[in-house]
Amino acid sequence: MAYSDKVLDHYENPRNVGTLDKDDPNVGTGMVGAPACGDVMRLQIQIDDDGVIKDAKFKTYGCGSAIASSSLVTEMVKGKTLDEVEQIKNKDIADELALPPVKIHCSVLAEDAIAAAIADIRAKRGENAA
Amino acid sequence: MQVDLTSNYFELFGLPVGFDVDLQRLQSRYQELQKVLHPDNFAAASDAEKRWSMQAAATLNDAQATLKKPLARATYLLRMNDVDLDTETDTQMSPQFLMCQMELRERMEDISSKADPYSEVESVRAEISELTSETSAQFAGSFSSNDFAVARDFARQWQFLDKLARETDDIEAALDEA
Repeated sequence: MAYSDKVLDHYENPRNVGTLDKDDPNVGTGMVGAPACGDVMRLQIQIDDDGVIKDAKFKTYGCGSAIASSSLVTEMVKGKTLDEVEQIKNKDIADELALPPVKIHCSVLAEDAIAAAIADIRAKRGENAA
Repeated sequence: MQVDLTSNYFELFGLPVGFDVDLQRLQSRYQELQKVLHPDNFAAASDAEKRWSMQAAATLNDAQATLKKPLARATYLLRMNDVDLDTETDTQMSPQFLMCQMELRERMEDISSKADPYSEVESVRAEISELTSETSAQFAGSFSSNDFAVARDFARQWQFLDKLARETDDIEAALDEA
């Protein structure tokens, strides 16, 4: 299957690969997996005192589309508040990367990973999930 | 021998519905039914009967392939009970399981840089194989006690392990070529 230029770009030069301290109260970690292709994704966000995301890191084992989806998401979330980031839907990711229908589930994985990371940070801060 | 396309895959082969399957019996029934459906037997048949025999032969092949492989059989058993694995839409897995997957993936990523990559491949393969045995046993246990939600979780984990086993084979093949 032919990947779009944007997928190839993120796949060949993934942004923000790495880890943040999962025990830091300002760091939220989301881990998800897709049984369909055995992909595993870990996405972490770090917020500042104003609740704005200042850093994001990911590690994804999976196909090019899954790696590109998580790489793109780490770029999209920086500088946004948790409420703003919750508005990111898998369709935004799929559209931006021009994912074909059979790869839409890779963007679902990225959306669910970010949701899990937000839920983790909210739980740490004693907030109820929105 | 009758071929009833409306029956489930187990009934098709006259096997009891369940995770434990007598593979020899499956194979002999499969061959018997293949003979029944052989195109030679339909040479003088009507077009409708020919079409039916071709469709039946295709179903027979699907059924045999599904029941032969334990994971495909497990997935089929759950579907018979209206349980879907939602492999593309449900991304929630136990965190410990995902951590274990990450660690295995990291080890697999490093195989080619090891001094003795073949022994590392074997070691990873043995671990995946052990996890697969445990997971399939846990599936069988929960399925036989009709705990379909738990059985579904184990079948979903099994899918990851199945994928890792295939990737380990690919890594070894790549080592052979290098």
